[in-house]
Amino acid sequence: MGVRRTGGFVLALNPVLCDGFGHCAELAPDLVHLDEWGYPVLTGEPVPFSNLAARESTRYAVRGCPRQALRIERVNLSQ
Amino acid sequence: MIGADQLPRVLHGATGRPLTLAQHDEVFGPLGHAPSLDELRDSGLTGHGGAGFATWRKAQLIGDQRGHTKFVVVNAMEGEPAAHKDRTLIGANPHLVLDGAEYLAGVVGASRIAVCVSRDNPGTINHLQHAIHERERRTRRATSLELHTPPWRYVAGEESALVHWLDDNESLPQYRPRRPHVLRIGHAPALVDNAETCAHVGLIARFGASWFRSLGTETSPGSALVSISGAVSRPCVLEVAFATPLRTILARAGADRDPWAVLLGGYGGAWLDARHLDTPYDNDALAPLGSSVGAGVIIVLPKSGCGVVETQRITRWMANESARQCGPCAFGLPALADDLARLTSNGRDAAAARARLVDRCSAIEGRGACRHPDGVVRLVRSALEVFAEHIEDHVRGRYCAASHSSHHVAAVPSLEREAELVWE
Ligand code: SF4
Ligand code: SF4
Repeated sequence: MGVRRTGGFVLALNPVLCDGFGHCAELAPDLVHLDEWGYPVLTGEPVPFSNLAARESTRYAVRGCPRQALRIERVNLSQ
Repeated sequence: MIGADQLPRVLHGATGRPLTLAQHDEVFGPLGHAPSLDELRDSGLTGHGGAGFATWRKAQLIGDQRGHTKFVVVNAMEGEPAAHKDRTLIGANPHLVLDGAEYLAGVVGASRIAVCVSRDNPGTINHLQHAIHERERRTRRATSLELHTPPWRYVAGEESALVHWLDDNESLPQYRPRRPHVLRIGHAPALVDNAETCAHVGLIARFGASWFRSLGTETSPGSALVSISGAVSRPCVLEVAFATPLRTILARAGADRDPWAVLLGGYGGAWLDARHLDTPYDNDALAPLGSSVGAGVIIVLPKSGCGVVETQRITRWMANESARQCGPCAFGLPALADDLARLTSNGRDAAAARARLVDRCSAIEGRGACRHPDGVVRLVRSALEVFAEHIEDHVRGRYCAASHSSHHVAAVPSLEREAELVWE
């Protein structure tokens, strides 16, 4: 995006909107897995923006969610 | 004036009928202090609705919001079937609750007060209507008082669900990504406080913060209402000072002298083994035991009862009361109830069910929009711990007599939505 980003992000879920279609787990398998009822469990760990692969797959998941229940939240990574 | 270490406080002067405005003025005297946030902070009052959040912090958060209309919402929904404190309080001193609400309105700059009582509670609605009329007859006040009657559901009393109802006529909890979160009715920020909290504020408004602190401890000052039921000779609502030993409280209700355990905090609370009965009744002392004061409910389980069966019944009911918005709550809680049922009925997979309960508890925790599933997880975990030996007996096929009896300790309303649940 031109702008160099430091810091990181976490993936956040609105459980009210989510209907358990499970697309997110397919699109971002590193950050999301499904529980026994098919609802996503997020790792909740901050990911640095420098991890391009994770960033890309997360963006796919956010766009691919049919209920728009996922959101990327910026956080400061404290080292 | 009520003496500094005199009890009861919020139930002071109770006659069995709600006090009229004239009687109320006579018993409690005039409001002494102008609304001030500092007074609230010095008093150290925490919410009595279950979460135990500092009242002044909430008031500060709402006070800092801009907006020319603000609401104070008095939460007297009382979703816990075992809780009776709010209706007892309003049946005794409705004007004290309203005084507190007006004081809070003064602190945050609110122009409207909404009192919420569930519509299944006509007695309390009557008392409040009457009290509001009395106040309106006396003066035209700056703050308007309105009474709202949402339908009764366990989660309808959750603060975001209550505000959702006032905003949109839907008693469903809202998703709040960041906490603390400012709840809004339309654009107007809303301060939600439990009815008992308001009554304590009404007393702080008269007698001040240092008077308030003369009972209880540093972190839990004042007194609290507790609803005691189960194996007691007089199921009742008592007002006790914080840090009173549990055994003393139980004795006042005429409880079984040698119980097995007590359920503290309500249906989203935790079991406490009877060997801890000398613990003081306040959050600091109870926290290391995994318990808390919660919504002020104590249910006594006698030695002849079965904690597993009680937990199973409560969990089943709580699963039914889920608002079914969030998957882990809508599917996870019935799954917990099913596992608990396997522990209480003759079946071969009881051992597997016990292992599954542990896994499912950690799978569900913290994944709902509100704290409803977390409460159930807390209850189930505490049952697994407190009744561990007993569950072992069940797993080995040695069922207690109580698990087959139809006599139960915890009052659980009938499961009207059971059919719907099976169908889903
Ligand atoms: S894709 Fe969206 S709706 Fe589907 S499970 Fe994931 S978060 Fe839920
Ligand atoms: S966690 Fe349960 S009760 Fe709370 S909003 Fe979600 S579905 Fe409703």
